[in-house]
Amino acid sequence: MNWLSQNLHIVGQLLADHLVLSIPPILLSLIISVPLGRLAAGSPRWRTPLLTGTGLLYAIPSLPLFIIVPAVFGFSLRSPATMITALTLYGCALLVRGAADAFSSVPQDVRLAAAATGHSRWGMFWKVELPLAGPVLLSSLRVVTVSTVSLVTVGAVIGISSLGTLFTDGFQRNIDASIITGIVLTVVVAFALDALCVLAARWAMPWQRAVSRA
Amino acid sequence: MNLLIEAVQWLLDPVNWQGENALGMRILEHLGFSAVVVLVAAAIGIPVGTLIGHTGRGRGAIIAITGGARALPTLGLLTIFGLWLGIGLEAPFLALLVLALPPVLAGAYAGVESVDRATVGAARAIGLTERQILTGVELPLAAPVIIGGLRSAALQVISTATLAAYISDTGLGRPLFTGMKTQQYDMMLGASILVALLALIVELCFQLVQSAATRRAEPHNGHQHRAHSGARERIAA
Amino acid sequence: MNITPGRTARLRRTGLTIAAVGTAAALLAGCSSADPLDEGDSAPPAEGDSTTLVVGSQDYYSNEIIAELYAQALEADGVRVDRQLRIGQREVYMPEIESGAIDLFPEYTGPLLQYWEDEPAERTSDEVFDALVGAAPEGLTILEQAPATDQDSYVVTREFAEANDLTTVADLANVEGPLTMGANSEAETRPNGPQGLADVYGIEVGFTPIEDGGGPLTIQALQDGDIQLAIVYTADPTIAQNDLVVLEDTEGLFLASNVVPIASDRVDAEAQATIDEVSAALTAEALIGLNRQSVEEQSPAADIAQAWLEEQGLLG
Repeated sequence: MNWLSQNLHIVGQLLADHLVLSIPPILLSLIISVPLGRLAAGSPRWRTPLLTGTGLLYAIPSLPLFIIVPAVFGFSLRSPATMITALTLYGCALLVRGAADAFSSVPQDVRLAAAATGHSRWGMFWKVELPLAGPVLLSSLRVVTVSTVSLVTVGAVIGISSLGTLFTDGFQRNIDASIITGIVLTVVVAFALDALCVLAARWAMPWQRAVSRA
Repeated sequence: MNLLIEAVQWLLDPVNWQGENALGMRILEHLGFSAVVVLVAAAIGIPVGTLIGHTGRGRGAIIAITGGARALPTLGLLTIFGLWLGIGLEAPFLALLVLALPPVLAGAYAGVESVDRATVGAARAIGLTERQILTGVELPLAAPVIIGGLRSAALQVISTATLAAYISDTGLGRPLFTGMKTQQYDMMLGASILVALLALIVELCFQLVQSAATRRAEPHNGHQHRAHSGARERIAA
Repeated sequence: MNITPGRTARLRRTGLTIAAVGTAAALLAGCSSADPLDEGDSAPPAEGDSTTLVVGSQDYYSNEIIAELYAQALEADGVRVDRQLRIGQREVYMPEIESGAIDLFPEYTGPLLQYWEDEPAERTSDEVFDALVGAAPEGLTILEQAPATDQDSYVVTREFAEANDLTTVADLANVEGPLTMGANSEAETRPNGPQGLADVYGIEVGFTPIEDGGGPLTIQALQDGDIQLAIVYTADPTIAQNDLVVLEDTEGLFLASNVVPIASDRVDAEAQATIDEVSAALTAEALIGLNRQSVEEQSPAADIAQAWLEEQGLLG
């Protein structure tokens, strides 16, 4: 524990770096995946190409993606934009499918009822479909949250600072405490962000509580 | 795009398919190593998950453990196991096993649990023993979801097994790392394409097996399929 | 689930939340990509403030300590420093040095010369340094090199050296049975690895990648006999710690590799003089001592650097 007490501020800095790299891809993949998922759920013509396309992304190992992204988008290799873009792609790989399932789970008769009560297509999306798809969407979002937080660490292999730096540095200097601190903090961050997702969902979907209490 | 063309050229260059680092050898290493990891994960995860799904005991524990294990960073496990166990395949094996176990466990558990309790009750009523219920009723009905768990584990292991090259001379991670560190990006990208292809082929095989198992589990019931695929999606991620 | 009109308000809230989350994400992404160089614990340089220098380092603990030496010596002179430490390997950071985004960086003469020139013929410390000054791209200044070196070397265990009567790299030819070298994966194709050994000495060895830069795992593999030969940096304190034998490179396989600061035009004469003082004091023993504190006492780079600079009287 000698190591930890001497390096607290470094650990704090890496923790902050880690958050900066994990939170934007989680939110971005949510924003991108919801409309794509709705599109896939609503039109059979789009469903297969969208789901296969995003599914393919997941087969690409993460390390090369961190090199390909800057080459394609013109970022510098260690720019946060590189990690954020790569992790957003991974997030979408999982979330587009999740969102498609979520929207598919909205019963057809509810849609018809909403249309009959005069909702426009736009209104129906915001007021009926999205809220009803919420719970299923949430479960995918939670998976994306946890896996994104864990994937950020891989960037340390190419020298992008995050809690993963504690792995590569501890590995070079033979400091178990460094690696273990990194693992524990990564799990803690994953759980904390996961809990935030759940809290946000509870706030946004208050009726869920009523249902689960009943 | 140029990078991609160079990568394909690198892949097509016969030189890279000969000698000590021949790609064919690397592919076999990669597949073999991944297969061992998934098989061991299956040998542990399927019995444990099935038992929990059957008895309903330890349900909370399994959800907590699989959730927690998903958050564990593979690179962290790899480096700490590496420091403890030295170079070679032991450390990457353990790190990947931790990666593969949660989806396998969750698949087995969710699959067995999703079997209609009325069906199980009926089996019990006609006098089947618990063992017969498990192997004759629950497992075949749960098979599509269990295979879904294996499929998800296999995909992740194949793509993450590249990290094994961090401390051992094995698999497609080798050209990937070497290419990355020496700026031979055609080599790095070529190796990544191979990894992605392997993942896709394995995914396809699993899809075939899975739909065969689904047909067997629900020969007459098109509607049930929806429920099952729902369970599959839950564990697939 | 049924929708009753009374729930509409709460449902709308969901839509609003998701919209808000979206905006927040867009903003966050915008902030984080706006200034890709803004990381590290110091405040970003103020607009047009020419006295703030960006000091970088490799993702290697020893290099980070040297960068801290530069940074703290400059700060003692009243220069504002923005630290961008542990930023990966040469291929990651060199484009940023060449573009002027980083002002000062500790480097190593031999490997840097090999980065800029394909197959340099120079071997000795002074030759390599002179060649490096010539090879440096416009806009970069190679400051005076330090006496300290941190270069690749082939090491074996004392036991193995004595059993096979090894003192030089050439002696490896006498070893019976297959030899395996362990090193970072890039060594496999670089001139310091098995290919170089075969070309220069005519000795064929196998190769196992261990991505810890001659660190603990490499040493352990050496002691376990998984590998017989490892590339370890000469300033690595584990050589002495584990009683390893460095094989003498009689044929000049390795380039001399002194610690050398590379600087942008923004590093003025006064700052250069400060750095030169640090370099002059940085002997081979001093560097090993600094590294030892890092791996044995597990101290952070900044603390190690500060203690040493104070001891050398370089802080003021």
